Amino acid sequence: MPLLDAREVHGGYGGMNILNGVDMAIEADQIGVIVGPNGAGKSTMLKAIFGQLNVTQGDILLRGEPIQNLPTNRLVELGMGFVPQEHNVFPSLTVKENLEMGAFLKPGNVKRMLSKVYEFFPPLHEKRHQPAGELSGGQRQMVAMGRALMAEPELLLLDEPTAGLSPKYMYEIFDRVKEVNAAGVGILMVEQNAKQALAIADKGFVLAAGQNRFTDTGQALLADPDVAKSFLGG
Amino acid sequence: MNEFVFFINNVLIAGSVTGSIYAIGAVGVTLVFSIMRFAHFAHADMMTFGAFMVLLLATLFPHAGDVIGVPTAIVMLPLAMVLTAALAVGIDKAFYKPLRAHGVKPIVMVIGSLGVTLMLQGLIRLFSGTGGQSLYVDDRKEIFRLALPFEGARVPVVITEPQIYLFVLTLVAVIGLQLFLSRTRLGKAMRAMSDNPDLARASGINTNTIVAVTWVIVGGLAAIAGTLLSMDVTFKPDLSFHLLLPIFAAAIVGGVGHPFGAIAGGFVVGFAETLAVFNWRVLLRPFSDSLPEWLALPSNLAFVGTEYKIVVPFFILVAILVWRPTGIFKGKVI
Ligand SMILES: Nc1ncnc2c1ncn2[C@@H]1O[C@H](COP(=O)(O)OP(=O)(O)OP(=O)(O)O)[C@@H](O)[C@H]1O
Ligand SMILES: [Mg+2]
Repeated sequence: MPLLDAREVHGGYGGMNILNGVDMAIEADQIGVIVGPNGAGKSTMLKAIFGQLNVTQGDILLRGEPIQNLPTNRLVELGMGFVPQEHNVFPSLTVKENLEMGAFLKPGNVKRMLSKVYEFFPPLHEKRHQPAGELSGGQRQMVAMGRALMAEPELLLLDEPTAGLSPKYMYEIFDRVKEVNAAGVGILMVEQNAKQALAIADKGFVLAAGQNRFTDTGQALLADPDVAKSFLGG
Repeated sequence: MNEFVFFINNVLIAGSVTGSIYAIGAVGVTLVFSIMRFAHFAHADMMTFGAFMVLLLATLFPHAGDVIGVPTAIVMLPLAMVLTAALAVGIDKAFYKPLRAHGVKPIVMVIGSLGVTLMLQGLIRLFSGTGGQSLYVDDRKEIFRLALPFEGARVPVVITEPQIYLFVLTLVAVIGLQLFLSRTRLGKAMRAMSDNPDLARASGINTNTIVAVTWVIVGGLAAIAGTLLSMDVTFKPDLSFHLLLPIFAAAIVGGVGHPFGAIAGGFVVGFAETLAVFNWRVLLRPFSDSLPEWLALPSNLAFVGTEYKIVVPFFILVAILVWRPTGIFKGKVI
């Protein structure tokens, strides 16, 4: 049974439809990557999965259980973590406090998960008493991912974790994503750096105008000349 | 020397008293703003309500304090805090929550809170009558006169019992709040929600719980401030009229959304008021004999008359909004 199975999802903001029947499924040990032009509905799809969007049609199943219309804290309890595209840290809280908030529903986890997250992201340990708002962009992304990991999610939704980062940091973040995935967390990630992201993807989804244009393994999409021509810049 | 003591009594002590009350009041306003993003105009009436609860309880059980030797009003304060907290949570459920659920603009919330202010004030007046009443229902207000160990010091430093309670409880409240916000899970979640409510929700924080916790704290603090003010002077149903402007000025001076800025702002406004009405001639008196005749000092050298005290916070407010709209500590611009 797939970890996440979204079928024919329709939905949008205030009556305006953005998603027009999106399908998306990944297994528990996979990395899924969503690419597509600006405004394609990539962020909107992640919001739909994380219960922040009014889904008008279709099904979203987590391990076979429907999760539509569940309150956010319930989704977190069920094992979903979400890192939004923007404003994804608490700027006035210290790095450590940011991470603690990630384990808000599992206070018993804090100690164990803190050391685990510090292991994944050593710079965070060094900066743990600094307000997250003072960190560099790359470190802030680490805080954001770390916060989501604190709840020990089974499925982690990442919205453009490398946006605005230098190539060095981009590869660093992708390496972390692979490690997190290897530690048993399913990943569904939106990416602008499409080629590099598809290279680490088990599944790739090319969205345009709120619909799947191509869905295949990451390697197959990279090799597909049509995908390359219209979506990967040749 | 005596002039100096006069300064201590009329500026240092009086300013700290006013400052403490404004500080605790402003913290409440700033907490509501940081969690719910609106200026809560009914805050001063929650303070009045807390004091009124103490008055009621002290009237019902006038000897409750005798047993442990503290004023009855102080014994009743914890209960009044609980009642005021319940009122705050209740008002939120009845009036503010439905507005929030409709996703209204902050200004609608503000106007809603003005309605709550009028309602609370009417309600309190209905039961308390319109006159002033002492919270010392059946005890005596102790007044301590501390003679200074100096030659020629005839005037003592005067401090009253409620003022001592005021200083102690302000300190306890401030330290307690600091510990709560920096050490506890709920306190940190409050700060998180103030930073970024959407991300707080995405972290699994139940924002309704945080809102309720905020009202409990705000109600409790309001009861402390209102009671201590009423103990220092008298309880009046229209206390809030004199409080509203200075506590909002204090919250804005400190940088809205910053609890500790609000405390600093409270003392800034409190001392500014006290210094503005202080008759500076008193301090110049020792020199008045040596001044040439044409420089005779007028009898009153205060910046503003006592009856115009209320213009001081107003002036500070305008000055801050013009020159530094985010307050001393960078707050959220409203
Ligand atoms: N909160 C909102 N209210 C109304 N419309 C929105 C909202 N958020 C996004 N949209 C619209 O929905 C469409 C899809 O937006 P979405 O953010 O999902 O795109 P995206 O694929 O993530 O693009 P990007 O690469 O720029 O992040 C866009 O036309 C956008 O203007
Ligand atoms: Mg997006």
